[in-house]
Amino acid sequence: MREIWFAGVLSVLIIVVSGLFIGMVLALQGYDTLSRFGASSALGVLVALSLVRELGPVVGALLFASRAGSAITAEIGLMKATEQLSAMEMMAVNPIARVVAPRFWGGIISMPLLAAMFSAMGIIGGYLVGVVLLGLDSGTFWSQMQSSVDLRFDVMNGVIKSIVFGIAVSLIAVFEGYDAAPTAEGVSGATTRTVVISALVILGLDVILTAFMFRGI
Amino acid sequence: MKRGMLDFWVGLFIAAGVVAILFLALRVSSQSALPARSTYNVTANFDNIGGLKVRAPVKSAGVVVGRVTNIELDTSRYVAKVTMSLDNHYHFSRDSSAEILTSGLLGEQYIGITPGADDKMLTAGSTFKLTSSAIVLEQLISRFLFSKAEDSGDKTNAGNQ
Repeated sequence: MREIWFAGVLSVLIIVVSGLFIGMVLALQGYDTLSRFGASSALGVLVALSLVRELGPVVGALLFASRAGSAITAEIGLMKATEQLSAMEMMAVNPIARVVAPRFWGGIISMPLLAAMFSAMGIIGGYLVGVVLLGLDSGTFWSQMQSSVDLRFDVMNGVIKSIVFGIAVSLIAVFEGYDAAPTAEGVSGATTRTVVISALVILGLDVILTAFMFRGI
Repeated sequence: MKRGMLDFWVGLFIAAGVVAILFLALRVSSQSALPARSTYNVTANFDNIGGLKVRAPVKSAGVVVGRVTNIELDTSRYVAKVTMSLDNHYHFSRDSSAEILTSGLLGEQYIGITPGADDKMLTAGSTFKLTSSAIVLEQLISRFLFSKAEDSGDKTNAGNQ
């Protein structure tokens, strides 16, 4: 519970706000390009597909890594530096089960939910800009979106991506925290490493997953 | 932070996440993805499928009735064999024709079914007897240019005589 609070609830604000902004930017940029081809009615499709397939899971995971992953690493690293983990071992409490595992699971549960919120907020942001600001037809916006986005193919693959990213980020975060040198520099270095390695792993995994999911179709 | 408040916020968080997933599932995506059980497969042979892709829609009178599931080259006759799964709700008579159409000038290609008048219906595994291939724009243009050239050739010949 406390770990989902820590990893999930505290990340909601940054996820929701950045999702909204990214959706708005996508709509503004997409409208500019699409209207040159007279295809501005496809704006909803553009916003929804790029969010659900790519930006939701990827940007969501990057934000999650920098917001929650770094915090998890710092917390575990600090526990190690202040010898709380050694104290647990002295009391025959397994620190992996007591400290590491709940944070790992908290991260995995939170990540898909956050990615879905990110995509949903992005689409709402796109709607706000496209329909309310730029004056596209609301019915066209939704119906074109619905006819092009496939539940199993697009939405499910996005959810699978976010679960994979959640596992990767949580694993990196708890490992770096547990592996940190028990000093102030050690903890700060581990926190930085978490964010850097997570970002690289997320983007690398994304290439592999996308190649498998959307290849040749 | 008290335990009760913590539980409340975590519950709210999970609920918001589920709502977001439902929003994506119900509002953003289509449920027209046909359930796998209630379909039957029919095939059609085309001389040329143009740019038809797997998962392209199959439409009759503009209504989506199925999807293309497989495209392969039949090496015995060198025609494209297109397999499509049609919704079990829709049945077409045996002499229906299938043609490859394009939505808009540069849009995606889909299969259009024009119903026939036969009493017997197409069943699983049967084949469309009447098909017409995709229109390839290059062939159309070259045919047009050739006929133009022929016309002007006739005129100059007539002028010489």
